[in-house]
Order: sequence, then C-alpha cells, then structure tokens
Amino acid sequence: MSSLTERFLLMVFTVSGEQEAKEARKERQAESKVGAFSMLLFRLRQTVTQPRTYVGLLGVVSMLLLWYALTELLNIPRFNKLPGPVAVWKEFTSRTPIYGISIYTPDYYMHIFWSVWRVAQAFFWATILGVPLGLFMGWRKVFRDYTFPILEIIRPIPVLAWVPIAILMFTGIASREAPIIFLTFLASFYATVLNTMLGVESIDEVYFRAARCLGAKPRHIFFRIVLPGALPFIFTGLQIGVGVGWFSLVAAEMLSGEYGLGFLIWDSYVLVQFQVIIIAMITLGIIGYLFSAAIRMVGNMLMRWTTRESV
Amino acid sequence: MAGRSKQPGKFAGVASEGAIQIRNVSKVYDPEGINVLAVDNCSIDIAPGEFCVIVGPSGCGKTTLLNAIAGFHNITQGEILLDGKAICTPTYTAPPGSERIVVFQNGALFPWSTILDNVAFGPVVQGTATAREANEAAQELLAELGLPDIADRYPNELSSGMRRRVEIARALINDPKVLLLDEPFRAMDALTKGVAQEFLLQAYDRIRKTVFFITHDLEEALFLADRILVMTTRPGRIKCSLNVDFPRPRTFHMRASKHYLELKAEIFTAVREEATKAFVAGERELA
Repeated sequence: MSSLTERFLLMVFTVSGEQEAKEARKERQAESKVGAFSMLLFRLRQTVTQPRTYVGLLGVVSMLLLWYALTELLNIPRFNKLPGPVAVWKEFTSRTPIYGISIYTPDYYMHIFWSVWRVAQAFFWATILGVPLGLFMGWRKVFRDYTFPILEIIRPIPVLAWVPIAILMFTGIASREAPIIFLTFLASFYATVLNTMLGVESIDEVYFRAARCLGAKPRHIFFRIVLPGALPFIFTGLQIGVGVGWFSLVAAEMLSGEYGLGFLIWDSYVLVQFQVIIIAMITLGIIGYLFSAAIRMVGNMLMRWTTRESV
Repeated sequence: MAGRSKQPGKFAGVASEGAIQIRNVSKVYDPEGINVLAVDNCSIDIAPGEFCVIVGPSGCGKTTLLNAIAGFHNITQGEILLDGKAICTPTYTAPPGSERIVVFQNGALFPWSTILDNVAFGPVVQGTATAREANEAAQELLAELGLPDIADRYPNELSSGMRRRVEIARALINDPKVLLLDEPFRAMDALTKGVAQEFLLQAYDRIRKTVFFITHDLEEALFLADRILVMTTRPGRIKCSLNVDFPRPRTFHMRASKHYLELKAEIFTAVREEATKAFVAGERELA
C-alpha cells in the first residue's frame, strides 16, 4: 500500500518539475524564432483584421460628415461662420493657398518647427529637473515633508497667471523665447514631479527590505529600486506632462511670439483667415498624438518587464 | 564560533557559523497608544546549520521574531545574538545585511530586473565581485540548482514555484550565515509546493546553513525541520519543541512512514490547542 503511494508521489513530482522546465524551454525557442519583421507583419495583420480599427475609422468619418453637414451642407446659423471640411482640405492641400499656409508652404513647417522646438526644450527641462526631484520626494520622507507643501500651493496657480512674472523674469535674456518656454515647462514640470513621486511611493516596501538584506547601499537602492520601480509612473507623468505642455505653449504663443502654431491660430483669427485656424488645430492634434506615442514607445522599450508578461 | 563548541560534531563540521540565540525577547507594539504584547519572554537557541521551523497561530509573533533577527525593527526586552554578537537589543538593531537574508512571504524578486540580474544583485552591490564575475557566478549557481535557461527572463514570465526557487538562489549566492524564510511557499498549490520544498531541502543539504523557517503548514514543518518550535497564541511564547530525527537527505518517502505519522499526531495536538485558543480569542484561523 505504502509503496503504491510512494510511486504515485514520485511520478507526480518528477512530472511536474520536468514539465515546467520543458515548457519554459519551448517558450524561449518560440520567442527567439519570431523575428522583428514577422512580428511587425503579425501586428499589421492584427490591425487590419480587427473590427476595432474599422469602428474607429467609422467614428472619424461620421465626425467629418457631421462637420460637413453643419457648415457647408446645411449652413446652419452659428456654424455658418466656420470653415467647412472641404474648404479646409482644399486650402490645406493647395500649392497656391489663399492665406499662405498649406502643406506646400515653408511657412507651415516653420510654425511647426518653432512649436516643437519650444515644447522639446520645455519637456527636456521638466524631465531633467522633475524626475530627480520627484524621486527624492518619494524616497526621502523628510525631503518630501519640506517640499511637498510648497509644490501643493504653487501647483494650483494657473500657468497663465505666471505670464507677467515670466515676462518680468526673463527680460534681457532671449526675451521672446524664454517666457514661452518657461510657461510650457511649468505645466509639464508639475505633472512629472507629482507622478514620479507617486511612482516611488507605489513601490512595495518588500523590495527595499530585500535590497537591504542583500547588502545594498543607498545609491544602489536609488538606482536599482527607486528609479526602475517608479518608471511606469514616470512615463505616465511624462505623457501627461507633454500634453499639458502643448496646452500652455499655445496659450503662451498667442500672447507673444511671431512663429508657432499658437501664434498662427491667433494671427489667423485677427486676420480673418479661418481655414488656417482649423489647419493649425488639426496639426496640433496630430503632433500632440505623435509626441505621446513616441514617449509611450520609449517607455515600453525601457520597461520590457511590463510588456513581456506571460503568466 | 560559540555555537561550534556547544554542538560538537552534530553537522560534521559543515556549519561553524550561524548560531542564533534569542534570549528572553519581548516585543510590544504601540499603535495609537494601545500596547500590544506581540512576543512575550521568548527564548530559542538555534545551532549552526540547524533547520528550525516555527509554527503557531496567526498573530503569534512569528514574523515579529524573524523581522527582529533580520534587522527590520528592534525589540522591547531581551537580546538576540548571532554567533555570540548582539544583533538586536532594545537599544541597538544591526542593520539588515547579507549574513541574514530573508525570503519573503509574497516574493520579492525585483520585477524590473532579469533573473540573472536578480541573482547577481547581492555580490554586485556588496562589491565582492565585479558585474561580470557576479553574472558568471549567478549563471553557475542557477545551473547547479537545476534552473538553467531562465537567466535572461523577467520574474513575471516564470511560474510562482520557479520564482521562489530563484529567490532562494538569490539568497544563497551571498553565502549567508542564516536564511530566514517567512512562509515562502504559502500561496502555492500542493504539487508546486512539494517540488519547491524538495528544492529547498536539496539546497540545504548542499550548504547546511542555519535556517529559520516560519510556516503554518504542519506537514511542511515535519518534512523540512530538524526541530519544530510551536508558539503559543498572542502573546507569543515557545510552547513546546519537537525534534524531527529523520535522516537527511530526505525524500517524500518519509511522509509514508509510521514514525512520521506519530510525530504528525503529536504536533497536530500541540498546535490544535493553540489554534483553538486563538479561535476563541477571535483571531483569524491558523495562518
């Protein structure tokens, strides 16, 4: 009787152990065989065959139709002052645009360049200053106790309320660019700091304990626990940050500047060139999306452990 | 060193370090001014290389003891010595270090590091090896413990049993004096648990370090331990001690022997009393 039990136990134990190893091996082989190219093809095929893609497309098309119906087709009061999609499209793709802005004019790209360049600088400073600050605030409770109240009082002040200060502060040094970049930076900075701090606080205490058990000194804990552990939140913060950065940029460019998409929108309004407003708005939407997607891509590259989950 | 003279020849000179003496230790928690006595005048002597398992009802102070040995918090009374040196007293707590490594209840492999980086973490941060040496040592150890092929994977990609084995490897690479395990196999299904226990036994047979193991699974305690200590319900005290004199290396065969069943009956009786008390006192189930 007992020998039977033994044999059963032996069988079960050896089988489960071996099976686990075998499965892990198989999975690895499969993964190494899938090249980057076939992965791309696979993704592409998935996108094309999924109903979600078409539903999304349908949504966009119906919005365009609604816009067309309200403006150009029915000419409803209150909407009839707005340019319709056909007029905008014609202007946008014209080699000789009436108001001087289309995909064929260098001016269009000049505006894009200036806006992107400003956001990039602001985003750079917000990341360089915001991420370390947030990491320390989350990691060192004393530091957090000193700094958090300041941040919480300054943060609710709308970015636009900073305009006079920004102009006063930066007179003399690149006085046209600096205030715009500063305002854009400010918006993105808060989101970065706050999310980074929350990211550190979200790290389970057990990882700190484990690291200390294994003999880690504070600098190891900072670089090998605090920073990677907060990374998912940091990237959320950067995405939000770049979004609100664009928001402030446009406002700042409307106030001062002679290039940039925000300036273009305001200038076109003043000059009664309504198609251009829509062109600039759509451009802002597309560029904002690209920024967000780029950050997400970098994030996924740096956080492979979150994308390669298999259990 | 002190431990060696006390236990001559018990482990054939394999382990000479890692004697833990817990002397009259009490610990009072003070949440919101209400004093809670978690551990009450508890004394345990663990010989170098001994596999000591603590069982007891939930909230009896098992983890409090383990945390004190690990250096996560202090104690209110008494002292804890490691090889004759005080590591935890009411006024002093030796910071956590690689001579006393904890394997945590819910696992603490760094999810953002590969298995190799996890295992090599200790030697690298302690500065005892260069990154390359540590990686080689980690590879070797993984292969030796029967875990090849997973070095460049992330913890998320492994089963819970596999993760737990890696975590034990991550502790062993540092050559600790003491291994502290806090219900490491708690959340596993029975089959995985069996495999993980055998893995731990094999590792133990190879290295013979002192092991301080907390569990609420009595079968597990019997299978692994040299000695089982039963703790009373809160405040935690040592109720009784049971020597498990099965020879090593052990296999699951011992689970079918008559002597095993006798020991099992004995330990069940001892623990049941405490569990009942805890149950009546409104604690959670034996856990």
